[in-house]
Amino acid sequence: MLHIVACIKQVPDTKIIKMNPKTNTMDRSSAPAILNPYDAHAVEEAVRLKARYGGIVSVVTMGPPPAVKAIKKCIEIGADEGYMITDRAFAGADTLATSYALTKALEKIAKIRPIDLIICGKMTIDGDTGQVGPGIARRLDIPPLTNVKKVVEINKAEGFAVIHRKLEDGHEVIQSSLPCLFSVEKDINEIPYSPLPNMLKAARYQPHIWSVDDLEEVDRTLLGLKGSPTIVSKVWPPEKPKGGEQLQGTPAEQVDRLLEILLTKKELFAVKGGE
Amino acid sequence: MAEKFDVIVVGAGPAGTACAYTLAKAGVNVLLIERGEYPGSKNVMGGVLYRKMMDDIIPEFYKEAPVERHIVEQRFMMLDQESAVTFSYKGLEWDQEPYNNFTVLRAKFDQWFADQAVKQGALLINETVVRECIVENGKVVGVRTDRPEGDLYADVVVLADGVNSLLAKSLGFHKEFRPDEVALAVMEVLKLDKKIIEDRFSLEGNQGCTFEIFGDSTKGVLGTAWLYTNKDSVNIGVGAMLSGLIKHKMKPYELLDYVKNHPVLRPYIQGCEQQEYLAHLIPEGGYHSMPRVVGNGVIVVGDAAQLVNAIHREGSNMAMASGVMAADTIIQARELGGDFSERGLDNYRVNLLNSFVGQDLKKYKDATHHFEKFPHYFDKYIPMMNRAASQMFTIDGTPKREKQKKIWNDLGSAGEKFRMARDLFQAWRVMK
Amino acid sequence: MAIQDHRGVWVFLERKEDTIAPVSLELLGAGRKLADKRGVPLGGIVIGHKVKPLAQIAVEYGADVVYVYDDPIFENYRTESFMKAVIHACEKHKPEIFLYGATSTGKDLASAVATDLETGLTADTTMLDVDSETGLLEASRPAFGGNIMATILCKKHRPQMATVRPKVMKALDPEKKRRGEVIVETLKVKEEDLRTKVLEIVRDTTKKVKIDEADIIVAGGKGLGSKEGFDILHRFASVIGATVGASRDAVEAGWIDHHHQVGQTGVTVTPKIYFAIGISGAIQHLVGMQNSGLIIAINKDPEAPIFQACHYGIVGDAFEIVPMLMEAFQNALDKEVQYGGKI
Ligand SMILES: Cc1cc2nc3c(=O)[nH]c(=O)nc-3n(C[C@H](O)[C@H](O)[C@H](O)COP(=O)(O)OP(=O)(O)OC[C@H]3O[C@@H](n4cnc5c(N)ncnc54)[C@H](O)[C@@H]3O)c2cc1C
Ligand SMILES: Cc1cc2nc3c(=O)[nH]c(=O)nc-3n(C[C@H](O)[C@H](O)[C@H](O)COP(=O)(O)OP(=O)(O)OC[C@H]3O[C@@H](n4cnc5c(N)ncnc54)[C@H](O)[C@@H]3O)c2cc1C
Ligand SMILES: Nc1ncnc2c1ncn2[C@@H]1O[C@H](COP(=O)(O)O)[C@@H](O)[C@H]1O
Repeated sequence: MLHIVACIKQVPDTKIIKMNPKTNTMDRSSAPAILNPYDAHAVEEAVRLKARYGGIVSVVTMGPPPAVKAIKKCIEIGADEGYMITDRAFAGADTLATSYALTKALEKIAKIRPIDLIICGKMTIDGDTGQVGPGIARRLDIPPLTNVKKVVEINKAEGFAVIHRKLEDGHEVIQSSLPCLFSVEKDINEIPYSPLPNMLKAARYQPHIWSVDDLEEVDRTLLGLKGSPTIVSKVWPPEKPKGGEQLQGTPAEQVDRLLEILLTKKELFAVKGGE
Repeated sequence: MAEKFDVIVVGAGPAGTACAYTLAKAGVNVLLIERGEYPGSKNVMGGVLYRKMMDDIIPEFYKEAPVERHIVEQRFMMLDQESAVTFSYKGLEWDQEPYNNFTVLRAKFDQWFADQAVKQGALLINETVVRECIVENGKVVGVRTDRPEGDLYADVVVLADGVNSLLAKSLGFHKEFRPDEVALAVMEVLKLDKKIIEDRFSLEGNQGCTFEIFGDSTKGVLGTAWLYTNKDSVNIGVGAMLSGLIKHKMKPYELLDYVKNHPVLRPYIQGCEQQEYLAHLIPEGGYHSMPRVVGNGVIVVGDAAQLVNAIHREGSNMAMASGVMAADTIIQARELGGDFSERGLDNYRVNLLNSFVGQDLKKYKDATHHFEKFPHYFDKYIPMMNRAASQMFTIDGTPKREKQKKIWNDLGSAGEKFRMARDLFQAWRVMK
Repeated sequence: MAIQDHRGVWVFLERKEDTIAPVSLELLGAGRKLADKRGVPLGGIVIGHKVKPLAQIAVEYGADVVYVYDDPIFENYRTESFMKAVIHACEKHKPEIFLYGATSTGKDLASAVATDLETGLTADTTMLDVDSETGLLEASRPAFGGNIMATILCKKHRPQMATVRPKVMKALDPEKKRRGEVIVETLKVKEEDLRTKVLEIVRDTTKKVKIDEADIIVAGGKGLGSKEGFDILHRFASVIGATVGASRDAVEAGWIDHHHQVGQTGVTVTPKIYFAIGISGAIQHLVGMQNSGLIIAINKDPEAPIFQACHYGIVGDAFEIVPMLMEAFQNALDKEVQYGGKI
């Protein structure tokens, strides 16, 4: 019986986000809140490991109350339990403060049921750092394994896991002791359309909700804005490119003109060879 | 083992949610199934929500619900190519609670309404499409969804799946709707600063106004256009009979573009940023197109039952009222021992026809067809009215008496005048 | 510890095969500027087995001092072992700024180190500056899916750390004559203290597309409409000896493998010529190719933002323009070949 905990976050859908050009802040109403797409794969992987080895999948999130929706989404994918920590004290956290708060939550979850494996997404689409996962692992003093693209084996009896870690030009096969933490790639799995019983379960599910006071031995100075070493000092719109020359004439004329231009820059064609 | 509920409601629009809310409040174990990402995500409405029916379900809902503005002014515009005759009523009695009507954005409102149903104990699942009703021994006993292990059972299935209602169709309750039974509507939500809206439409605070636009807006096709104010956006749209669009080879978005650029309307929406583009069908067949609404173990409500008053653009109110009536019938049938056959549920049909829904649908039963048969109202009388107004109000030294005479002559020969009088009388008859 | 006790700008020197990864050389270039502005030395740290020769390369590319951790235990990258070395060096020498490439190794290592040192770490930086007085690092990066840029500061903790995206900084030209100090550090890390083992490293040799190394890229987007639509691109690419690239939407549609994706979540490329065909030019795509030598856009929508980002634009249907271009090139090539040259 494995106990796998996936860390998940609710994020604004940055694909359709609109920015307020005056203030450079995000127009939250324009972006629906969704489960961080990478985290969906983390949960799916946990659910697959549960199917393979037996066990329980929990998810944990730090976020505002509406993030319950993201937890429900995870129950749809197949998670069994959901925990949420929510408190004003967490607000404004950077990755260091986030990993601290989540570590405290994970310690509490571990008291309910010891944890064998933690799975994070590769990154969030709003924070976009991929730092929280390794941060949690360091704080819990368990090995962080990032860029995991395949889980070969989890062997609880002998206390180890074997995974493939993606590299720029291939992958490495790594064995780690358990418990450990994975940050998983998007292509580790595909998320199937959830079966109806999961949907009903999710609709009925009420997650465990904790505030700071429910956590143990918390150093409040390490939470939220106070506990964050980094601050955003300014934001600005990305520089707009200047724009070039629009070629004129019929398509044929445009093509001729382009060729003419390119042939004057022959040095560009000192090819190294293509595909 | 597939789960069984007391009632399954398909579609979380106003009809389905009103039904589920009422059932859940009475302690019935009800499941609401919505195919969109969340209730309202796919739903379209010009935007006027009538207070009364919603208030009957959740008293003083407007204190909590995400309504945009309460309407204090309704304008009716008879549009010609470069002019408009406008009637308007602005009443500040509507500026006070309990208000009269509201504008709403369905994506927000439906979600809120469904949340209230959930709070009453209804179970809601989204992103799930009901493919068909499960029928056993001539009785609907459940639904089959598109998800794995996707069958569910219930004593009664309520079809609140909107205008196309494929489910009612597959049960043989109605055929494919004809192009003259449905209107195709397209609309845009345009973002506009709150302050600008208030200035342009002479509003204060959360006051809102609505424009119903007839005439040149649909370029000869039977239909209307509208412009409604939200908090910080406006809805502008055009709806026209599908049959007319086909006949005139017109694309709905071309009409909308035309309306948006119409010199009389353009200034209201200048500087807007498009936020959303939506298209949807409206059932406009009225009384004659109403399908069968009750079967063994099944009830049809809202747009799925074609409950729309095309003349007054009422729909959501009828949808809600029908949803509540369906719920009441089911509750009653449960109390009476659980006869969910067509006979046991027939009270719904009877109540529906006796209610304002049935009455109004009957009253206007010939209206759409009448106007579609006689396009003069649009291509002739409205321009005529505009010319008359123009002549009357142009100060050029002509005595008023002479002007009236000119206007009278402009109405044409004696024969034409007679025809016009007849047309107007008939219009009055179908509308009265 | 007091902030002013920290001094120097450091770069983590990532190894790639037998040399230093290009991104680390780029960071030496960027770090050099920061160090000069501050008037402090530029340091590098290299960890591995038999890596001492790399220190000299780092010096040629701008480092004043290179710390070397050379031990069989560091043969393969492992978070646990490398982290111990980096932390050891930081605690001993106290750099004020520490840069890593935003590669899988760099990001992994930096995240772990930052947690242990309890300091701030800015991810995926694309712009760097430093306040010469206060020494405050201004690390800027795209945020909210590239919709805005944000500058991030770390005021009270040292070292200030950042991972920096490959290909956005410029490496200096190496100078053989440059002299620097190489300091060999020793740190005993015992195998039994490590909980991870690299069992095998599999280099993907089948994957030939090294789009980030291509000189000419012919990239296609959603506008090509289908997998078949991409065929024309492949043909065009083979005519002119280019590599095929793609926008994310084309990749997500399954028309082409994700190795070809250019942009924020794909690869950053700087070819000599970049053809953007049927690509609208979303900001997330632009950040991945805007530094290309010559950008040519073909799109049928004259309002497409890509036209703001290109050097030359053709408004037209790709399926009309590309075959014409292909033919024109083919003719030109044939002519050149006759004269014995290649364009
Ligand atoms: C452009 C336009 C303007 C209008 N303006 C007004 C107005 O100003 N005021 C007014 O009162 N009325 C107006 N109406 C009419 C009003 O919108 C409808 O009458 C009302 O929405 C009907 O509610 P309903 O619940 O029956 O259907 P809908 O609101 O259409 O809801 C049906 C729901 O069922 C879901 N569904 C459908 N099929 C399935 C399935 N197989 N499985 C699961 N779920 C399914 C849909 O996603 C949808 O959420 C307008 C309509 C249009 C199109
Ligand atoms: C967090 C985040 C990260 C992202 N990362 C990346 C990334 O790394 N890389 C990336 O590319 N995108 C990325 N995106 C997505 C990006 O925002 C755009 O959605 C994407 O680049 C659009 O791809 P496209 O230009 O192919 O498609 P579209 O935007 O659909 O553009 C298609 C273009 O083709 C033109 N066209 C159509 N038919 C023809 C024809 N016959 N001939 C010529 N032109 C034609 C159209 O006019 C249009 O301009 C990211 C988005 C987010 C939110
Ligand atoms: N607030 C949060 N709650 C739970 N998990 C989180 C949170 N923020 C980040 N994570 C996890 O850490 C991963 C990396 O996030 P990030 O560092 O923000 O890119 C995510 O994919 C999640 O698995």
